[in-house]
Amino acid sequence: MDVLFQQVLNGLTLGGVYSLVALGLTLVYGILHVPNFAHGALYMAGAYVAFYLMGSLGFNYWIAMAGAAVAVAVLAVVAERLVFHPLRHAPGLHHMIAAIGILLFLESSAQAIWGADFHRMQTPFTGILNFAGLVMPVQRLLIVIAAFALVVALHLFLKKTVTGATIIAMAQNRDGAALVGIDPNRVAMLTFAISGVLAAVAAVLYAPINLVYPGMGHLVITKAFVIIVLGGMGSVPGAIVGGLIIGFAESFGAFYISTDYKDIIAFVLLVAILSVRPEGLFTKGVR
Amino acid sequence: MKFLDSKTGWMLLLALAIAFPFLAGNDYHLTVMSMAYIYAIATVGLNLITGYTGQFNLAHAGFMAVGAYTVGILTVDHNVPFWIAFALSGFVAAGIGFFVGILSLRLKGHFFSIFTLCVGYIMFLLIEKWESLTHGTVGIIGIPAPSPIAGIEFESPRAQYYLVLFFLVLSVWVMHRIVNSLLGRTFMAIRNGDDLAEALGINLMRNKVLAFMLSVFYAGLAGGLYAGYVRFLGPGLAGVDHTFDMTMYMLIGGIGTMFGPLLGSVSMPWLTQYLQFLQDYRFVVFGPILVLLVIFLPNGVVGTYLKWRARNASRPAVEKTAPHAESANAQAAVSAAVPVAPAQEGSHA
Repeated sequence: MDVLFQQVLNGLTLGGVYSLVALGLTLVYGILHVPNFAHGALYMAGAYVAFYLMGSLGFNYWIAMAGAAVAVAVLAVVAERLVFHPLRHAPGLHHMIAAIGILLFLESSAQAIWGADFHRMQTPFTGILNFAGLVMPVQRLLIVIAAFALVVALHLFLKKTVTGATIIAMAQNRDGAALVGIDPNRVAMLTFAISGVLAAVAAVLYAPINLVYPGMGHLVITKAFVIIVLGGMGSVPGAIVGGLIIGFAESFGAFYISTDYKDIIAFVLLVAILSVRPEGLFTKGVR
Repeated sequence: MKFLDSKTGWMLLLALAIAFPFLAGNDYHLTVMSMAYIYAIATVGLNLITGYTGQFNLAHAGFMAVGAYTVGILTVDHNVPFWIAFALSGFVAAGIGFFVGILSLRLKGHFFSIFTLCVGYIMFLLIEKWESLTHGTVGIIGIPAPSPIAGIEFESPRAQYYLVLFFLVLSVWVMHRIVNSLLGRTFMAIRNGDDLAEALGINLMRNKVLAFMLSVFYAGLAGGLYAGYVRFLGPGLAGVDHTFDMTMYMLIGGIGTMFGPLLGSVSMPWLTQYLQFLQDYRFVVFGPILVLLVIFLPNGVVGTYLKWRARNASRPAVEKTAPHAESANAQAAVSAAVPVAPAQEGSHA
């Protein structure tokens, strides 16, 4: 029972982080139909900015998180303006290669500034909660709560505000949205900013129980891709459900199968599911 | 540059490549060039599936590692002679490519790329974790050099250079034959439009899988050569960053052209050599270059040249048939005749 609960908590932690990253990715895909390979680099940049703000400038955890969110949002918007906007009429291959260019640039920049070493991020939440015989590290609890609060906030923003509705309208039909007076540029910038904020927050939440290094985004972004392919590209609920599926599959797989192979589980799951259903789990129709 | 389009141009290049060891100052230059050739073979393969067939395969480096590990495991752990293991390397890669292909090619566009990205990761993680087979992170050490054939030894850097060059020439020649055959035209038809190709009676799945297998055969072969040349293998070889490297070579030279991937993969390592001080940070420079290229020069060096030449060639023709045509009309006719991207020319350049 105790062990089972531990795995559930682990699954929720991982699932929360993956969902946040996948949400940013799926929003951008919905608007621009670009698989943003650079999203993992934004995640990495978020962790490094927070690491810098906390380590070198001595800010506290929450201010560092906010600072990282703002910095990465700006970075994402700049990337949209300078790279994806000029390419909006180009064929799909070019977006992917351009995104790879951004990814390589951000990663090697981080390596040039902070070196290739692994860093540990400090957190004020080092305690462990004991509740009815269950052991819960506070940081993990924080990840779960923060991730789900953000997901709910994003959902309310998309459904209840006019600005949020413009994003959904744009994802549904680009020309139609433009016809009713929605500015595509503004929506694209807004979407990239939101995806940057989500990536940065996910990184700052997850970094204290992981490590900070230039390649930290690789596995997370690849898993986020798995998630949005499973959940349907551009689908918000799909990203959340997919994130939880992968999170649980990994935490239970690591425990019941093998820790060595836990990173493969997500990919094998994708290969297995797409072999049977090439259209993904939650999508209708053919790609 | 007209001579570069003909057989003479290719012969001149070959002569230069053969003369290179006598012009090169030292063995180090030979090593750089040989490695560039090995990557050129893999890049030529990547160009077949990405440039000619229009499917961006992100697991290409994984297949190169499959070929390399085939040679490494067979020669070191099972004492198989180098040449037999080497002959198998391409086929093992193509065999795995068949199964990956029939799964992944059911997906289109972005989904195919994402799927192959995941396949590449599975390959990388398997190589890293499956210690009993691949020696894990320690890597495979002590791969023998290619054994002598007909009294020719492949121990010296110069002999190895010629060996690699031989396979490069062979693979480029075979690729040239493929691209200019009906099969090559079929692949290009698929790139230009799935539906259109299907309407022409092309079996999409069979041809895509064939292109995929041929492409990863090149990767496997390059991997086999890599194993014999470097004689040490680590899981890093399967890393997606190597696929990114090859993509960069292909794009800079000209995607979907014969000469482009060669130009890119031979010139870029030299540029990196001259930017020695950048070594680890070379992508601070190359990342933005890649982005700028995609935006401003999407056809690469060779593709842009071909487009410019096609425009020049068609100008007199247009003027002759329509002497009073506005130049704007001529321009429109030309740009309609020359698709924008990726470059179409499967010709000698």
